Amino acid sequence: MAEQESKVAQLLKKHEQDVLQKWLSYQMSSMTWRADLMKESDLREQSREFLQLFIEVSQQSGPGADAAAWKSAKEMLAEVSRSRAMQGFSPSETAMFVFSLKQPLFDTLRRELNDVEELSREVWSTTTLLDKLGLYTVEAYQQSRESVIARQQQELLELSTPVVQLWDHIVALPLIGTLDSARTQVVMERLLEKVVQTGASIAIIDITGVPTVDTLVAQHLLKTVAAARLMGADCIISGIRPQIAQTIVHLGVNLADVITKATLADAFAVALQRTGARVTRVGVKE
Amino acid sequence: MVVLKDESAPIRSSIDVMRVRQIVREWAVSLGFSLVDQTKVVTAASELARNTMVYGGGGELRMEALNSDTRRGLRLTFSDQGPGIADMEQAMKDGFSTGAGLGLGLGGAKRLANEFAIDSRPGQGTTVTILRWNKL
Amino acid sequence: MERIPILKMGRVLLVTIQVDMHDRLAMTLQDDLTERIVQDRAHGVLIDISSLEIVDSFMGRMIANIAGMARVLDAETVVVGMRPAVAITLVELGMTLSGVKTALNMDTAMAMLMASFADKEHFNGGSQG
Repeated sequence: MAEQESKVAQLLKKHEQDVLQKWLSYQMSSMTWRADLMKESDLREQSREFLQLFIEVSQQSGPGADAAAWKSAKEMLAEVSRSRAMQGFSPSETAMFVFSLKQPLFDTLRRELNDVEELSREVWSTTTLLDKLGLYTVEAYQQSRESVIARQQQELLELSTPVVQLWDHIVALPLIGTLDSARTQVVMERLLEKVVQTGASIAIIDITGVPTVDTLVAQHLLKTVAAARLMGADCIISGIRPQIAQTIVHLGVNLADVITKATLADAFAVALQRTGARVTRVGVKE
Repeated sequence: MVVLKDESAPIRSSIDVMRVRQIVREWAVSLGFSLVDQTKVVTAASELARNTMVYGGGGELRMEALNSDTRRGLRLTFSDQGPGIADMEQAMKDGFSTGAGLGLGLGGAKRLANEFAIDSRPGQGTTVTILRWNKL
Repeated sequence: MERIPILKMGRVLLVTIQVDMHDRLAMTLQDDLTERIVQDRAHGVLIDISSLEIVDSFMGRMIANIAGMARVLDAETVVVGMRPAVAITLVELGMTLSGVKTALNMDTAMAMLMASFADKEHFNGGSQG
């Protein structure tokens, strides 16, 4: 059984260059070849490497015996999928890298094996193997796309919470959009980091752009205020809309210990006053 | 879920409590926890280790690094052979303490962890388990 | 025995906690500080915790105790430089240290103490005149 299974490997070794050439030309003439995304030399290198790994994988037979070869083949395919996902290949274009090997491979088998039974057996075992590897490619592609999405979500989260310095010792955090627990946590950490960096004694959290505030978010805001106070900075919450004010009272959230102002301008005025600065008009004609 | 590694540490003295903080920090760092998550899990460990020492008359910490498909976690189990907890509901309340503490230990540790379990019967010791996942 | 050093600058005592303390060391610091407040006739205590990577409920309570005892002894306490991660965790733990003054850095802390000393002088002067 072991000898028969390695027939493909034997044949492949013998005709490696020939198979590789045919495979390459097949890949490049196919509909799924993306000359705009990838260089021919890269494709050549990847194909050569995969073919060699495939020979190793198909050489060893029996369950468990092929662990090492499998591992390196899978690693290689994961790398190919990752780079193609980045380059903008579609899942099927990526999977075709593996599946397109079937044609030159089966051509060789058909040419070299005369016994019909042996041929069909070899074709079957080879196609099973290639299908597995092809599916693995799709899976790896999917995974790398998911990690890209996760990273983008994180970036979006960070982009959407800019902490700006308004004046000496005054920073502000204009919040826009819905606040959920995860986002509020990121916001909280960034604000406190910025307070340390700038040595700001007052932080204004402006929630003019926040449509609704629920109990959880209100509590997160209160926690931020409490944490800032532990570090030695005061928070002012500004831009509380009438509906939100109603909700807060209705929910029974205690904002008694927090300075709240209707607008960011009011909050800024208080902050300036507290830090010992004053705004005056100059050069205004009476 | 797979246990990547596990280790035990004794809790007999306040020096041991300090060592628990150090080693839990090391594990949290190696699991890729963010600074805030590290601080939370180390603080929870400190509270529970002190409970084990003060109320349980000493005991042991077992640490396990967990791995699931999408995240990694740190599971800490504190066990002692002490007198156990008679009134669980009361023990979990903030501000309740039979000792010199502030009574924030159990409730606080629960709030700092993602998962929390406690098993205790009078005369049979106490086991507290917390689990904190790494935010990915 | 192991101790955390207490420095004196005029009427201000300065403590810098640089390493993680075990509980007994924290208790010793609490005792030492109250003693020194009386001995040095200090009006202010600065506790720099900017090196501390964690503050749990025990250490939090110790800080609150020091501030409370100092107040009784007519000295004001300012906790300086708590890290963001520590502050977030303490709040989650349920400790807000209300009644304890806090400052971002030594400069601000010193300015706070000086301002409150000036108020005191003013008050004392006023009551005498």
